[in-house]
Amino acid sequence: MAATPPPNPAQNAARDPDVADRLAELRGPIPARHHDARTIAALTANPGCARRSVLDAAGVDKRALAERIGFGPRFGQSPFAISRGNAFEKLVKSDGGVTLLRLLCDELGLEVQEAAQNPDAKHALGDQWVDLGAGEREDRYRRTRDLVAASAREPGTGPVLADHPMLRLEVGGRAAYVEPDLVAFRARPRVPGTEVHAYGVTESAAEPAAPWRWYLAEIKSFAMIDGRADPVKVAEAATQSAVYVLAFQALLSGLGLPPGLVATDVVLVCPKDFSNAPTAALVDVRRQLAAVRRQLDRLPRIGTLLDGLDSGLSFDLSTDEDGEPLQGAAQLGKAVAAIEARYAPECISRCDMAFYCRDEARATGSTEALGRSIRDALGGVAAMRDVLALSGREDCGSDAERGVRVEVDIDIDGAVDRDLDFAEAARLLSVARRARLEALAEAELRHRGREAAA
Amino acid sequence: MNTLAALARVEAFAAEQAVPLATVRHVHLAPHPLVLVPILLAGEAAAPLAALVGTDRADPQLLVVRQPRDRDQRFAFLADLARIVVGYIEGRRGETELVEATRNHEEWERHLDAPQLIVPNCGGIDALRLLGRSARFRSSQGPYPVDPLVPILGRYLTWFAEDRAPTAGSSVCLALTDVLGSHWATGQSALEDQHLAALLAWIVPQHFAPPDGRHLTGAQAAALTEDPARWPSAGPATDPEFDTEILSPLVTALQRAAGDPAAERRAEDGLRAALRDRLAPTWNLMWQGIDLLAGLPEAGHDSHRWMVDRGRFTDFARAIDEGAAPQPRREGAVAAAKRLADLESAQESYDKQRALDDPLILAGYRVTGEAFAGSVVAVDAERQDTTGRTPKPRPHVWLRTADPVVLRKGTKVACAQRPNQRPVIVDVKREGEEYIVELELVDGMGRRAIPEEGSVPGAGEYRCYSTVLAAERFPPPPLPELAATPWTHGGPPAAYTPTGADHDEEWH
Repeated sequence: MAATPPPNPAQNAARDPDVADRLAELRGPIPARHHDARTIAALTANPGCARRSVLDAAGVDKRALAERIGFGPRFGQSPFAISRGNAFEKLVKSDGGVTLLRLLCDELGLEVQEAAQNPDAKHALGDQWVDLGAGEREDRYRRTRDLVAASAREPGTGPVLADHPMLRLEVGGRAAYVEPDLVAFRARPRVPGTEVHAYGVTESAAEPAAPWRWYLAEIKSFAMIDGRADPVKVAEAATQSAVYVLAFQALLSGLGLPPGLVATDVVLVCPKDFSNAPTAALVDVRRQLAAVRRQLDRLPRIGTLLDGLDSGLSFDLSTDEDGEPLQGAAQLGKAVAAIEARYAPECISRCDMAFYCRDEARATGSTEALGRSIRDALGGVAAMRDVLALSGREDCGSDAERGVRVEVDIDIDGAVDRDLDFAEAARLLSVARRARLEALAEAELRHRGREAAA
Repeated sequence: MNTLAALARVEAFAAEQAVPLATVRHVHLAPHPLVLVPILLAGEAAAPLAALVGTDRADPQLLVVRQPRDRDQRFAFLADLARIVVGYIEGRRGETELVEATRNHEEWERHLDAPQLIVPNCGGIDALRLLGRSARFRSSQGPYPVDPLVPILGRYLTWFAEDRAPTAGSSVCLALTDVLGSHWATGQSALEDQHLAALLAWIVPQHFAPPDGRHLTGAQAAALTEDPARWPSAGPATDPEFDTEILSPLVTALQRAAGDPAAERRAEDGLRAALRDRLAPTWNLMWQGIDLLAGLPEAGHDSHRWMVDRGRFTDFARAIDEGAAPQPRREGAVAAAKRLADLESAQESYDKQRALDDPLILAGYRVTGEAFAGSVVAVDAERQDTTGRTPKPRPHVWLRTADPVVLRKGTKVACAQRPNQRPVIVDVKREGEEYIVELELVDGMGRRAIPEEGSVPGAGEYRCYSTVLAAERFPPPPLPELAATPWTHGGPPAAYTPTGADHDEEWH
């Protein structure tokens, strides 16, 4: 578990000055957009999309780009949800950590160094709580790192809780800053067998003398009702938290400390039932951690992707002195179309470019427009007209109809395209079409029978 | 996803119009369903904001919470909703029929009717579940008293959303997009099908035609429904844009108007009007969807399934009358195991019934290798098994099919024409691209030495044999009595005693 993450070859590629220049060229003379935990977590959902990889690596403002080419994204957050989220976070942190420490101690069975002796005494916490929120990101990151280093040098001193820490993670060769809601320093399972997990399992993994660790806490405003929360939201929070854990491991490795010093169980703080009172649960994010790490490593080597692109390509969104865009919508659209996408309907809630990609998938009649599971059920065939031809329908203008090998896209863990013989897909689809036609004919007969009887 | 249904989506895409996935209606449709469109406030667990509800399409009732974060207003809303929903339920409890005693059950009375709640989507069912959870433990006494109907509503909503809605074949609580989506395939993704307007646009694009009378394809109509201003989401959450631009200013206006009755009334009217505007399109779509379903012929097993629903309703309503405790927060081990077994057996029956009632559903199993269809090419009707003391009829039937047969020898199958006859596959031979399947009939031929008239398929007849139709029902697993729950499963669950904490859960 304490293994060092494998080196990321993409990083080396991007440190290559040529690649960096090329990315800057693609973006044009405007500041680059930065990754955050949400966008990194989103990468794990669709790692094989070259369009997004390039745009993200170049730091292009995808939202602005999508708006310019007429496909502005529509997702946003309700002001009610935002104010509720902020109010809850404020409430949880309002008493200088007393509530939080109580949750860590009482509900999660964690022992927090120092403060555990007198968790109710607020004044005693004054120097246990440090806010790393002020200043520039670089500066905040340095202070977070110093704190971790100091704490490792002299265990037992310094703060117990750190608010607004700043961590850093290399994504496709560029540094991205991520901010967990809170770091609970140096806690450990107090009594063996009292760790309470979100899914209700009590683990007895803890040894009597479990080592002190850093715990990351995520404050979310979705409710945990009767000990259960919306699984979709928990999964999202877990993936985001995994990004923080990974960044924290990177920080530890950078300091020459074992990455195992940060717990892979993250603390999820949520409102309890229908109230505003916080409750907490530990969420094991090892699986998500492995997924995030794997996807970051697999991010298509940016250099290789760039090599395949036209040299004149640009996503420059800048405007001239009169506020006129330097590049027209048509020109930008062409540039976007030049990079291949891997669309899935789920992109709509995650990626700013999704409406453009959906339109493209529909216009080209790609089975991607129908969703991954449908595409798989169709034997992985990429074009709808090929599906129809393989099913035995005539006159659908397909290559398959003329006996030409069509491209069958088998989605193995998101990134492999292979040209396969489509005999298997053809067999499946022709049975499906024949069964469907026969059933409709039989239903018609039954229907007539019913009408005659009536 | 079944390949047949996936291919139907591609066909719908090519035709720019939805295509049928079913040829009969596999849900019951009550003559007077209660349609409910609930809206919750974004970011809160179960803060009702509004609901449009009723059995009359021309006269829905609008319930609105002025300040969803206010506890009293929340429960006032639930009390209003309870009067409508519980009133509707009580209205279904008129006449009963006598059910004769069986070996396991005494004679009892079953209601001739049952309630039917229809919400727009599965999010709507989830909203009912949360509202039910927030209401069922409340009490009309204690520090935060609520209307006595609120806990009753909570128990019923829990029954609808947690007990009946997940049970396959039950039509007591339906999510319209799920039902429509299982009867029609659109040319868009399942994710987009969750938007009621977009789903209906593929099925009945003519209802979405612009005033100039231009003809629209399903795809074009679905594109129009993506404008949230005209075709708002059917909830339970509102669009963030609506929250920002319309709802938020109205709520602020209401807060500012506090203390000035005239201004308060104006602000409240504004809020009600905005929410009514927001919900009205969905209300109309709900009834369009219901009309569409009503246009499909009823499935053969419809009345049987509705009878089960009526029986369950009778039981539950009686339990409520007798003052049953609210459903627990978490079910005990025995209850949970029993519930899983019930859900599985309901799913199995429903799958089998649908395959029997609808050739298009049965066809889906041909693609997965669980069925094969073709013509009977030869019959040996006289064949007998003479190994025993008395010869038994064991006719053999040969069927030619183009479906790839992957079923093994010895597998039992059945066909829709004679579902109680379960022949055994004795041989499968491949002939070029086709297969010859040899079946031995072992039952369903009467008790005599010669098979009954019509019990053996004749040469030239078309049959579709499937393992799904031959699936046997196994008795539910034996479970201990509640009181005998072993310690490995938490021991016997504690009986429910209402505690103060249930009535006044922490509230800030």
